Amino acid sequence: MLLNPFHQFEITPLIKLSIAGYDVSFTNASLFMMLGIALLLTFIYSATRKASIIPGKLQCAAEILYEFVESTLIGSTGKKGKIFFPFVFTLFNFVLILNLLGMMPYGFTVTSHIIVTFILAAIVFTIVILTGFIKHGLHFLSLFLPNGTPLWLAPILIVIELFSFLARPISLSIRLAGNMLAGHVLLKVLGAFVAMMGMIGFLPIPLMVIMVGFEIFVAVLQAYIFAILTCVYLNDAINLH
Amino acid sequence: MDTVSFKYIAIGLMSIGMLGASIGVGNIFSSLLNAIARNPAQENKLFQRAIIGAGMVEALGIFAFTLALILMFQ
Repeated sequence: MLLNPFHQFEITPLIKLSIAGYDVSFTNASLFMMLGIALLLTFIYSATRKASIIPGKLQCAAEILYEFVESTLIGSTGKKGKIFFPFVFTLFNFVLILNLLGMMPYGFTVTSHIIVTFILAAIVFTIVILTGFIKHGLHFLSLFLPNGTPLWLAPILIVIELFSFLARPISLSIRLAGNMLAGHVLLKVLGAFVAMMGMIGFLPIPLMVIMVGFEIFVAVLQAYIFAILTCVYLNDAINLH
Repeated sequence: MDTVSFKYIAIGLMSIGMLGASIGVGNIFSSLLNAIARNPAQENKLFQRAIIGAGMVEALGIFAFTLALILMFQ
């Protein structure tokens, strides 16, 4: 019996709706996104409800999260980047909670779909470009021509820099989606081994335990990498080199 | 050779792409160890940079693995 490891990524509509011919059903992906946001809001709300100078355990956890994102943002962009803190905080927590919900049993990994990560990366890219043009005007285009390049090298260098700039949202989205996809497919294939081996099916289980641990690490790490690359791209837009 | 076996040959060739990613990650962490040996006080900062670099390099290996998986279940 060939068990299909891609069955876990299928999007099934739970409540079928359609507006003007477009299918806008409430799917299991929407359910998990709303569940993630609900969990996040519950955590932050209950942690900061009775905020005291000497924090209790829950408030301390929220403060650690806040200071972690703040230190990565200020470390990359300096003081001028403080205005982007709500954006980076929301982005980091959204990706983190969606990745971790995918690791729960019977959880659906929303970030393994390229469309979700592409929209997130497109939002980051749009904000970077808008910030660059609003802050610096057309001087933002000097990003593609570093200081002190000889004149004969300039045309080729501008083309290369332009393409590496345009590759940023693509690599950002594919990195997150690919990591989540590959991790979950691997877990399903190992699970298929356990199911197919019958009597000695307990043998791959230690490997599965190690892989689940590794996947939780990758889930947190990929959220962190998404956030810190956002900070690096914002730094490129705010302080041109 | 029928067309089905070509697919499996293609999957095997795609998986060779992960070789580059593993060499890259090994490079990053070997220079991390060297740098920590030279300057142990900066360990935290260096480790953060190494994790960021390893994430970016591993992504390229995962691209190759993802393509191999897509081929396998097409």
